[in-house]
Amino acid sequence: MTATAARPADPTEVVRSESALRTFLHGLPGVDQVGAEQRAAMLSTRSIKTTAKQWAIDLAIRMVDLTTLEGADTHGKVRALCAKARRPDPEDPSCPSVAAICVYPSMVPTAAAELAGSGVHVASVATAFPSGQAPLAVKVADTEAAVAAGADEIDMVINRGAFLAGRYREVYDEIVAIKAACGDAHLKVILETGELATYDNVRRASWLAMLAGGDFIKTSTGKVTPAATLPVTLIMLEAVRDYLDATGRRVGVKPAGGIRTSKDAIRYLVLVNETAGDGWLDPDFFRFGASTLLNDLLMQRSKMKTGRYSGPDYFTLD
Amino acid sequence: MAFEYAPAPESRSIVDIKPSYGLFINGEFVEPTDGTLFKTISPATEEVLAEVPAAGEADVDRAVRAARTAHETVWGSMAGADRAKYLYRIARIIQERSRELAVLESLDNGKPIRESRDVDVPLVAAHFFYYAGWADKLPYAGFGPAPRPIGVAGQVIPWNFPLLMLAWKIAPALACGNTVVLKPAETTPLTALVFAEICQQAELPPGVVNIITGAGETGAALVNHPRVDKVAFTGSTEVGRAIAKSVAGTTKRVTLELGGKAANIVFDDAPIDQAVEGIVNGIFFNQGHVCCAGSRLLVQESVAEELLASLKRRMTRLRIGDPLDKNTDIGAINSAAQLDRIRTLSEIGSQEGAERWSPPCQLPDRGFWFAPTIFTGVSQAHRIAREEIFGPVLSVLTFRTPAEAVEKANNTPYGLSAGVWTEKGSRILRVADQLRAGVVWANTFNKFDPSAPFGGYKESGYGREGGRHGLEAYLAH
Repeated sequence: MTATAARPADPTEVVRSESALRTFLHGLPGVDQVGAEQRAAMLSTRSIKTTAKQWAIDLAIRMVDLTTLEGADTHGKVRALCAKARRPDPEDPSCPSVAAICVYPSMVPTAAAELAGSGVHVASVATAFPSGQAPLAVKVADTEAAVAAGADEIDMVINRGAFLAGRYREVYDEIVAIKAACGDAHLKVILETGELATYDNVRRASWLAMLAGGDFIKTSTGKVTPAATLPVTLIMLEAVRDYLDATGRRVGVKPAGGIRTSKDAIRYLVLVNETAGDGWLDPDFFRFGASTLLNDLLMQRSKMKTGRYSGPDYFTLD
Repeated sequence: MAFEYAPAPESRSIVDIKPSYGLFINGEFVEPTDGTLFKTISPATEEVLAEVPAAGEADVDRAVRAARTAHETVWGSMAGADRAKYLYRIARIIQERSRELAVLESLDNGKPIRESRDVDVPLVAAHFFYYAGWADKLPYAGFGPAPRPIGVAGQVIPWNFPLLMLAWKIAPALACGNTVVLKPAETTPLTALVFAEICQQAELPPGVVNIITGAGETGAALVNHPRVDKVAFTGSTEVGRAIAKSVAGTTKRVTLELGGKAANIVFDDAPIDQAVEGIVNGIFFNQGHVCCAGSRLLVQESVAEELLASLKRRMTRLRIGDPLDKNTDIGAINSAAQLDRIRTLSEIGSQEGAERWSPPCQLPDRGFWFAPTIFTGVSQAHRIAREEIFGPVLSVLTFRTPAEAVEKANNTPYGLSAGVWTEKGSRILRVADQLRAGVVWANTFNKFDPSAPFGGYKESGYGREGGRHGLEAYLAH
């Protein structure tokens, strides 16, 4: 029942049974809510200026999963978004591409065609996103279809109902099944932290997702409030850091939903830097799930380069 | 990829430091009788900031007389609601001038601007607001139906939280109808002198607050002045003991807030990541220049190794340097003398066989600096486990059972504060009950609030400051 339980030499050992898994997850060190929130608040007072700000903005752009997840999405909108993903600032070739486009499975063929050869990844939400309320067979089929259509990253949602009921093994088995359906595609596991209610649950869900083989753990679907918050991301960063220590495997983190300004993004990067460290300051291991964030990053970027703010009309609305 | 934070210095232009200051007596700045001046420097750069007078006995006498007259003619008989107006006004001016006060505090003291901006100055204003609220409610404070002020308070404060300690002393004294003569520490007089300007700005009646600068002799003259009715001191146990002796047999009332060697106890079921933050905050906050610092870490043996690994990793992230940089976590040691003491005790720690560790860090060439340091393998007998170092030096001890933790925590001449880290509520209550310390923090450390009383057991002093309890020291009843 101590923190050393958080360091399984052999992850397969703790998932061999429902009770072993439960014992392990409940043996993880607790999270003191006040302390965690205070730490996140303190880190958001870091003052990132001049060269550090420029560097952070470029990195943040490279970490964006440019997202559109609306019922009203059209192929035209997705094509426009892909163009923006490749060249976020058409007037400035030095502006880096974003990390990925994130769309519904039906839009994957369009995105894959537009982004072929660009280095920008195609991410698709799957597993009956955002609720996850579908039979496992449907979720697996959903995933396979998205991968077959050209997605190389899958954002799945966990079964929160089962998790909150304490049926950890069921959640674990689902993630394992989806991971298998992904094949070579990277799997991001959405914990939907806004529905998990406590930081202890966030930590347990993070470990569960990592033990099941998730390549990334992601805060939110963006369809539930609250979505990503700094303290939740702090807890998840601590989890991936500890998981690397325990197993040697580096898992990524993706806060999603509600990150709208460059200032927000920089706060997250500070959190990454001072919690997990340099190893995560890389689009392979940290992403932002966002739509409006990119324009603000571009505005700040051009302000840093030119000394002037352009109006919002100079950046495309998508 | 490494994320290097570019320098983000807070501008100094907001402060206007005069080349020299006078003594603040009877509402105005006056020259010292014998004209002796001394320099106050920035400990981060050794730059001379200003010259301030060393008040002699004649100056102390002038200040005490001014305070006496103000007490007898204006302040002591003023209605509480009217005293409150002045205190509220002072609190608001402190808020309005908060950035200036924060920058000046960091310059003169060496503490990071993040702390002076986010902790010290907001608490200073909060303290005045809090005690302003008490000024017209004293009959309901539980000290009798008609409590009266004591008279003139002679107050001597330390250099670790210059303006905050001033607020702890002056706010309750004034709220209760006393007038004060306050001596700030010789290394950090500047914010007290700006506070004197704030008193002028608030049109506080002359003589209610008097600020006299100087070193130990000035303090001794103040404490020993026959017309001082009440002595309040925060500082070292050694000086506190001398004060207690010198006022023995007089009618003076005394409160002393002295040293500490607080135990921060981490049980195996603690929230580890937050405990690490609490340990760092407990000992490295304000460079460890905190009387209630968690300078002894008592960690349960079963998690000691893991906790220390986390603590060391966290310490490599501490940012040491320019106090005015908004991203600095650890600033400069306040004086050359204090740096010497920290170095000496740390060397003794190594000689006595404890294992010393500091994260790799580049210290500036000028000024007074000491890297954050932990000692492991420390036993109760080591001097670094018994004596107050008053610097960024943590002694780590282990324990196996709660009883052993409590025994080790209490086995010290001090008793100012303690910390308990566990997710188990019943254990918090049981252990807190057994710890002989004035403040026990649970799953946090170094948290202050004007409504919470603060003070010590044993050699940590007597009397309480803050909260309703803090009124008692300034009321005759």
